[in-house]
Amino acid sequence: MREVKSTQAYKDKAKAAKAKPATLGEDIDLSAFAAEAEALPYQADPSKLSAKAKKQMMQAGVILDDTKQRSGTYIQMDNMPVHYSSQQEGIEVMAISEALAKHDWLADYWWKAVAVDADKYTAHVELSQSNGYFIRALKGQKTVYPVQACLYLAKAKLAQNVHNIIIAEENSELHIITGCTTASGDEPGLHLGVSEFYIKKGAKVTFTMIHNWNPEIAVRPRTGTIIEEDGLFLSNYVLMKPVRSMQMYPSANCVGENATVRYNSILLAPPGSHMDIGSRVLLNARGAKTEIISRALTTGGTIIARGYIEGNAPDVKGHLECRGLILQGEGTIHAIPELKGNMAGIDLSHEAAVGKIAEEEVEYLMARGLTRTEATATIVRGFLRVDIEGLPPELDAELKKAIEASEKELM
Amino acid sequence: MLDIKHLNVAVEGKEILRDVNLSIGTGETHALFGPNGSGKTTLLMAIMGFPRYHVTKGSIIFKGKDITRLGVDERARLGIGISFQRPPVVRGVKTKDMIVAAMRGRGDEKTIAELAERADLTEFLDRDINYGFSGGEIKRAELMQLLAQKPELTLLDEPESGVDLVNIALIGELLNQLLEKDCPMRKRKCMGLIITHTGHILQYVNVRTGSIMLDGRIVCQGDPHEILATIKEKGYEECARCVK
Repeated sequence: MREVKSTQAYKDKAKAAKAKPATLGEDIDLSAFAAEAEALPYQADPSKLSAKAKKQMMQAGVILDDTKQRSGTYIQMDNMPVHYSSQQEGIEVMAISEALAKHDWLADYWWKAVAVDADKYTAHVELSQSNGYFIRALKGQKTVYPVQACLYLAKAKLAQNVHNIIIAEENSELHIITGCTTASGDEPGLHLGVSEFYIKKGAKVTFTMIHNWNPEIAVRPRTGTIIEEDGLFLSNYVLMKPVRSMQMYPSANCVGENATVRYNSILLAPPGSHMDIGSRVLLNARGAKTEIISRALTTGGTIIARGYIEGNAPDVKGHLECRGLILQGEGTIHAIPELKGNMAGIDLSHEAAVGKIAEEEVEYLMARGLTRTEATATIVRGFLRVDIEGLPPELDAELKKAIEASEKELM
Repeated sequence: MLDIKHLNVAVEGKEILRDVNLSIGTGETHALFGPNGSGKTTLLMAIMGFPRYHVTKGSIIFKGKDITRLGVDERARLGIGISFQRPPVVRGVKTKDMIVAAMRGRGDEKTIAELAERADLTEFLDRDINYGFSGGEIKRAELMQLLAQKPELTLLDEPESGVDLVNIALIGELLNQLLEKDCPMRKRKCMGLIITHTGHILQYVNVRTGSIMLDGRIVCQGDPHEILATIKEKGYEECARCVK
């Protein structure tokens, strides 16, 4: 496997930010995690991976036994890409190390949507660069099936460092499902993932990320997206399994006219889980639009649901919706919606609500013959159902499957 | 048959209904009149078994069984259904989900589509229940759920309120389907108890008996059309004076 080579300028910036804590979230002691893991063999046939790993990956929406329903596959275990392949012409799926060697121009996209010195986590990813995925749809190409990627944490007490780049060239269409999961049910670990998305003129990207961690894992994704004229970025995030500490605040920058961004997040925090999750959109070009929707449900954990929309151009429109449900116990949901408008003629709005299930609603369903448990389950299922416009049916089904699996455990 | 005997009902510690007696025979529909605040809705809610409506005395017998202490869902499964005057919006729960719930999960796509067509609500199946519905749409959605549930006793709280004339005919039609109007009287099983202020619904539904409720008591019973004519002409003051 090739090594990722970055420029000295980035290395220097990263070194300077090595100890810079993040603005949000618990400060993770990086020295508590190993940087190196054993080398793992490359698997030309991903169905040959261990049954245990495949099962874990399947729960995060990644299918390895029959990849006919996928346009491409990337699997990284710890810090090693163990498989990558593309099943469709015009769609590139490979390790970022290989992509950097293959495409000279890729340096122009390296740390352009996320700052290398944003905090100690981005700096750590740069300084202990291991690998990540590169997914690209060539001009005018559209994926028939989604591309799947899995970032799998196998070794205990390891820091998994990932740097991904996703490019949708002009008028292309790319559907991606990413599952991040772990081999162990209770060993500590750290996942640091930098993802940079570039959505060119008229291109469309749907990105569905399902996280299945364990109660001892800390996660710090750092994501930036740049959307050009008439581009569309649709991001769906599902976290319904325990995690010790998760903090992310992905940012999308609409630089082209009529660029559109939609973020949907579905979060469930069991006792002991701490999630600080938001979405930030900068509407920097005329007619740009965004919608940020989150559903936060706690059964005892803490969820900080953030949202930020900034309007800096004429005729932009943004809406932020955060609904939180405290199902039982002493969970906390802290909704922090923020809007900033910098000129006349913009239209930004938000709505946020945090509460318990209304008794009146439960009784309404009971009057149709449902028991109290069935009525509550129906309302929770409805609460978690976010209708996602523009998502291909296969991905919609995967998303529903992931949510339904957790619902069963919940009830 | 429904038999209510000497029923007292309190809401938040305050007694609303006092010594209510009411019988509805198998296959019969009954109208309930009364001024605002007289206790009509409380009676319906108590029959349905909502916990806020606390029976302090008396009993409710349905199909020979004492249901006074049963929960809402148990009564629904025994065959009692209610059309709410102002049902809640339940975000994320679709109109279709409510039909499936009312059919105890037995609803196939074809049956659901047919029900929606009958209630002129095909386009509402995938919408959150009652969210952004007009007055008429809410009533039709309530009746559609009841048609799915097929109760033997239907409780209707002002089915015509907030509904325009076009909708009221359709609501009357749905009500008649619920109450088996086309079924010969001796074979008819379904019973109804309808609260009505305006009496408009009586033009569409065959109601045999009417009762007047004043200050938490049923004070008078008789032909519903005659009662309605009296109320329209002389108001409830006349009823109050008459029963003194």
